[in-house]
Amino acid sequence: MKYSIQLKIILYISAVIWLIFSLYPLIFLIQNSMKTQWEFLTTSPWSPPSKLYLTNYTDAIKGGLLRGLLNSIIVTLISLVIVLFIGSMASFAIARFKAKIGKGFLILFISGMTVPIYITLIPVYIITRYIGLYDTLWGLIGPYVASSLPVTVFILFSAMETIPKGFEEAAVIDGASAFQIYWRIILPISRPTLIAVGIYDMVHYWNEFVYALVLLSSPKSRTLPLALWNAHGMFSMNVPEMLAGIVISLLPLIMLYGITQEKMIQGMMAGALKG
Amino acid sequence: MSLFYSFFKWNGFFSSPMIPAGLSNWVSLFKDTIFWKAAENNFLLVVISILIQIPIGLLLGVLVSTKLKGMKLIKLLYFLPMMLSAVGIGLLWEYIYDPNFGLINAVLNFIGLGNLTHGWLGDPKTAIWSVFVVICWEYIPFYMIIFAAALSGIPKELFEAARIDGATHSQTFFKVTLPLLTNAIRTSTILALIGSLQYFALIYVMTDGGPTHSTEVMALLMYKQAFRFFKTGYGSTIAVFMFVLSLSLTLVTLKLYRRGREYEV
Repeated sequence: MKYSIQLKIILYISAVIWLIFSLYPLIFLIQNSMKTQWEFLTTSPWSPPSKLYLTNYTDAIKGGLLRGLLNSIIVTLISLVIVLFIGSMASFAIARFKAKIGKGFLILFISGMTVPIYITLIPVYIITRYIGLYDTLWGLIGPYVASSLPVTVFILFSAMETIPKGFEEAAVIDGASAFQIYWRIILPISRPTLIAVGIYDMVHYWNEFVYALVLLSSPKSRTLPLALWNAHGMFSMNVPEMLAGIVISLLPLIMLYGITQEKMIQGMMAGALKG
Repeated sequence: MSLFYSFFKWNGFFSSPMIPAGLSNWVSLFKDTIFWKAAENNFLLVVISILIQIPIGLLLGVLVSTKLKGMKLIKLLYFLPMMLSAVGIGLLWEYIYDPNFGLINAVLNFIGLGNLTHGWLGDPKTAIWSVFVVICWEYIPFYMIIFAAALSGIPKELFEAARIDGATHSQTFFKVTLPLLTNAIRTSTILALIGSLQYFALIYVMTDGGPTHSTEVMALLMYKQAFRFFKTGYGSTIAVFMFVLSLSLTLVTLKLYRRGREYEV
């Protein structure tokens, strides 16, 4: 379609207005995280930092964020591996069951998606205390996997259902076991979907706050969002250092986004729309 | 389980007994003025989400779908806030709104509107709107992508046909684009509905429901009752109420849309 010059100008101006609203808070965050406390209090918030002052970052990491960073990485990775492994096996089974049984299981999983996490919060808290996993990272992984398993299964199932059965039949003739079929044929074919779901689950785990807030209490087990929140309570006076802490917590995902770009949007949307 | 707990008076510790409370939790729920304030705020968030976020999201979705130069990059940049954690976003905006060294007041002073400076999150009158701006900032990109994705699925011939028939841009938008996006609008309305009832982390971080409960929402109240005041039974009652409410609202919306669809071309 052709656009007139006036229309083009209007479109670009509106694009830029939203761009400023959308990105300026992040620019504010980064430039002020590199100021000394004195500089922050005496200069205007939009002035650039006089020099690259990275002490805020090292201080923030020393102030307890390192532990949170490590915990977050551990929880995210373990939950991700578990949910993708269990999820893909379940989806494969559902996709290959006789129609009726498969459908029954699928409905079970889908009904899991309709349950909001707030209604599970109190029971999960009580169960976690009961089995003694309160305030451990393991206690967090269970609910994380459980809460994202329905979406994961649903998306993977839709993809696996479309894989032609001919591949498997050929493999069976060659003497492959069910697990070999799953591992050697189904998983490689559904890789794009696995990546999309994996991205969604990963972002979800990395940012998750509510379960962490309820299920963790001591500094040694805090995940990054919780550690950040706690640092805010303790050192909220040193604003640039807090801003540096926020940057640290956001940076991994921003970097991942820089690498994966469109894929990340697709993954996020796939998860959010089905969820 | 939550439904079960909602009929007890209990502090959540195994050492202490669960006292059957019958319907008393439910009765106090309906008498609790703070709860109604929270429900009202949730309702407000639902309404403004649908009336403000979805239209802006739709316009931005159409904007980034135009074939103009640079729109791909702009789309990527727009989506950035959507991926950030609620805690990070909440804290960042707390500093932006800060009455003493925040960005907004500094800008207001700079352009000579110093008398408008404000403790944005500290004033019960402005707090909920300040929170809402942040919600828009985070979630409008989400709706934008829904609409952009829906648009990319529409065959280009339809637009070309409209052009050949001499339709103006606004005619194309209202007569071709908008009707074709009905499905996407329905999806995003339901997502906005469910999402708005569940806001927690962002508000917890920014205001904790204050000042004087002006930004209280149901999920937050439930958390406070169950995990801060140890009224597990009462907290469960709120959780069950939220679930029933969001489920029934969703079903009603779906039904309304289905009826509306009969008028479609």
